[in-house]
Amino acid sequence: MRSKALPGGRAASAPLLGHEMEPTMFEMSVPGRSAYQLRTTDVPERSLEDMVPAVHRGEAQIEIAELSERDLVGHFTRLSHRQFSVDLGAYPLGSCTMKYNPKFCDAVAADIGLNGVHPATPASLCQGWLELLVTLEEKLCVITGMSAATLQPAAGAAGELTGLLLMRAFHEANGDVRRRVIIPDSAHGTNPASVTLGGYEVTTIKSNERGLVDLEELKAALGPDVAGIMLTNPNTVGLFEEQITEIAAAVHEVGGLLYYDGANLNAILGVVRPGDMGFDIVHMNLHKTFATPHGGGGPGAGPVAVSARLARFLPGPMAARRDDGSFEWRTPEESIGRVHGWHGNAMVLARALAYIDVHGGDGLTRVAERAVLNANWLRERLRATLPAAYDRVCMHECVLSASALKAKYAVRGLDIAKALLEEGFHSPTVYFPLIVDEALMFEPTETESLQTLEALAEAIERIAARAASDPDSLKRAPQTTPVSRVDEARAARHLIATEDAAHRSQYQA
Amino acid sequence: MLAFLGLDSLTHLFDHIPEAVRLAQGLALEPGKTEPDVAEIFEGYTKANRGQSSLLTCFAGAGAYDHEVPAVVKMLGSRSEFVTAYTPYQPEVAQGVLQALFEYQTLVSRLSGLEIANASLYDGATALVEALNMASGANGRSRMLISAGVHPHWRQVVRTFARGTGHEIVEVALRDGITDWSSVDASGASAIVAAYPNYLGVMEDMSSAKQLAVANDALLVLGSDPVAAGVLKTAGAWGADVFVGEGQPFGTALSFGGPYLGLFACTADQVRRLPGRIVGETVDSNDRRSFVTTLRAREQDIRREKATSNVCTNQTLMAVTAAIQLGWLGTQGLREVALRCAQGTHYLFDELRSVEGASPVSSQPFFREFAFRTDHPAAQVLERMANDSVLGGLSVAQLTNGGDGSIEADIENVILVSVSERRTRPQIDHYVEVLRKAVR
Repeated sequence: MRSKALPGGRAASAPLLGHEMEPTMFEMSVPGRSAYQLRTTDVPERSLEDMVPAVHRGEAQIEIAELSERDLVGHFTRLSHRQFSVDLGAYPLGSCTMKYNPKFCDAVAADIGLNGVHPATPASLCQGWLELLVTLEEKLCVITGMSAATLQPAAGAAGELTGLLLMRAFHEANGDVRRRVIIPDSAHGTNPASVTLGGYEVTTIKSNERGLVDLEELKAALGPDVAGIMLTNPNTVGLFEEQITEIAAAVHEVGGLLYYDGANLNAILGVVRPGDMGFDIVHMNLHKTFATPHGGGGPGAGPVAVSARLARFLPGPMAARRDDGSFEWRTPEESIGRVHGWHGNAMVLARALAYIDVHGGDGLTRVAERAVLNANWLRERLRATLPAAYDRVCMHECVLSASALKAKYAVRGLDIAKALLEEGFHSPTVYFPLIVDEALMFEPTETESLQTLEALAEAIERIAARAASDPDSLKRAPQTTPVSRVDEARAARHLIATEDAAHRSQYQA
Repeated sequence: MLAFLGLDSLTHLFDHIPEAVRLAQGLALEPGKTEPDVAEIFEGYTKANRGQSSLLTCFAGAGAYDHEVPAVVKMLGSRSEFVTAYTPYQPEVAQGVLQALFEYQTLVSRLSGLEIANASLYDGATALVEALNMASGANGRSRMLISAGVHPHWRQVVRTFARGTGHEIVEVALRDGITDWSSVDASGASAIVAAYPNYLGVMEDMSSAKQLAVANDALLVLGSDPVAAGVLKTAGAWGADVFVGEGQPFGTALSFGGPYLGLFACTADQVRRLPGRIVGETVDSNDRRSFVTTLRAREQDIRREKATSNVCTNQTLMAVTAAIQLGWLGTQGLREVALRCAQGTHYLFDELRSVEGASPVSSQPFFREFAFRTDHPAAQVLERMANDSVLGGLSVAQLTNGGDGSIEADIENVILVSVSERRTRPQIDHYVEVLRKAVR
């Protein structure tokens, strides 16, 4: 057995504990119970009627729930036992960069000297925050090879839309009306959605047989009405766009701009920079590359860095360094305006800066090297079980295909993904990118050990063996998780999005 | 591992990247530091934040409030199962986050008085942008009438995104703190947008906005303070089609403005245009009650360029925290917090009468926030108050980039102040004394 030869033995993810159904907080509610305690203020009491005219008073009391503190702690602790997380085990979800989130960065953000600052505090009283933001902006520019960055966008998609509005502002300032943005067919769905919201039309170009942008197809799509191209590099198949300089030259030739989707930035830290590849606009996902925890779906942060010729359009206000070393808010001359209610997801920004400082330039390069090494090791290790869609060196993630298993045993990628949950691992991303049949996209990240990767590979081999011996068991998987496969069609057909709708629906039934 | 791949150096993994674009020298950043060394750097930042709530008593609001967040909420909200999970794409191992979001949606639905709530958006400002996109999707129109009582930053964000959507943004000025709907021609409007209470703290009678929406077949979008919603009429009770709000008051620290929580709810007939994720109830293959993200066909990863929203990552952790905080407050606690905020604010308002030169901007009924003028620039007054350990509020001129249709005169001298349930009578009395000194 290969795993026995490894020092440290077989690393395993633990199955979830929470197998009992948990009532909702509304079902747990018992009249008269409460947990809250408020400060004694000695502020004179006044009745609501005295302060609020009748027309504004609510007619009925809004029911929340009535719980003791003990009820509350039990409820959310039991819910947490029904939830997989990076801290529990490997999360090789392709395109999502679910790396381990260092606890130090959370501790930094928990300091009241950062999280106890009101966003409208006069600049003279929050110099530390402004310095932190300026420092982060400078370092993100070094990492991406760009000139200036806005930290306001709250997530990757917000960064994309911000970038497209910057693209629009740039062309408009040149008196240049452009209509289309080019996107490869392998792109994330947020790209085309952002393009539409940015007021442009999408032109999709097909990838070539190597999984890369087809340069001839691109050239055919280019024209004076093209505002730019959105690229992920490495792309969503985990492959580096080797002709990037030719792509950049062709797009710039027609006056278009290059937008870099930073979803896969983890692969190239310290190796190659978007700015050096010719990109004009770059968004980063700090919750991926810079290890800020994803919170079950957010918060993220999606700063956007730009080349010098676009800096004057960035959202404002931006923290800026004065000549005397102090800091102030400044709004660029031709700013597109705010893209967030305040200054962006500041606590996420602070965590990312702590991560960058701990790693430094050398450490960030090691991050990319190890992420790419892990993905390639897994691709090679699974060669006989799940062959790669494109059989050559990949970057930080590998797209494998279950099409052979489907043909032979009618077992689909989704079945394999669900069976992995029984093995105590999170599933890879399934059926994305759309250009690969039965795609299973694995991104192990740099933080998983060889032992964990080996355990993951063995789990996949066991599943493949089951595909041959007992394919039906895979179609029923998972059975050992807190709930078994859920009926998604039923949820969509008959929407029950609140407890109140659930009660109405029970009453009707 | 390299040997397994038949390689003798890590750099060979990158051989296929063209030499011309490769970084020859690595990143021009300092080498990595140990955690204790970085902690010291961060101590420098925190010390330079003289405005932190442990040093200055916070009377600032405008959507970001200094509410009580008890240890139990902080601890439950920082459980690593919630903090380090990804989006619940595999419901069989994500019932924890999914059920917490289902409870959150229920709470937002009740607070808004509307049937459907989503699983969160980035913040109040961006939630409003999504509401406008929903409106134009619903009626195919693009003319948005927005009260100047809507938070100035929200209006600025709306203008930014209108560059892409082409929406025509028409701001409707306030008169004495109340939106002057009669001053505009509402024909062809897609949405009528107002805030309740408005950003100056004033409770406006929303029936005129509702009439305008009905008369022009437009959607009524209300941006409401979710704490005030504990005792005031809900958005649904005013006849709103869409509710948006800033959810920071429910368990999230001031955090220098983020991450916060975009609240979003709407009537059931708009559900197919709902932005972001929504969690629905279903059953598993063993017929057990389960939760799953649903109506996925609306979302960007499936609809791509035809999607009406590009939202993917949201603010789930803040939404889960909001559910925990509301569970802690309970039915009675939410009401009590709202009432105490109003009591503190009204007490301060009454006490300010004794300060010479301080006068309220509006004569209208307010809830937990109000604006007043002095004879001095607000920025200067606030700096002076800070020297006496009080964050005295916000400069409205700064908030509005020098002014807009919300304040009629002397905007430079206007301060917006808010009193949370955490402010004691001695603190409020101190505020009054410090202000008296600052405007002398």
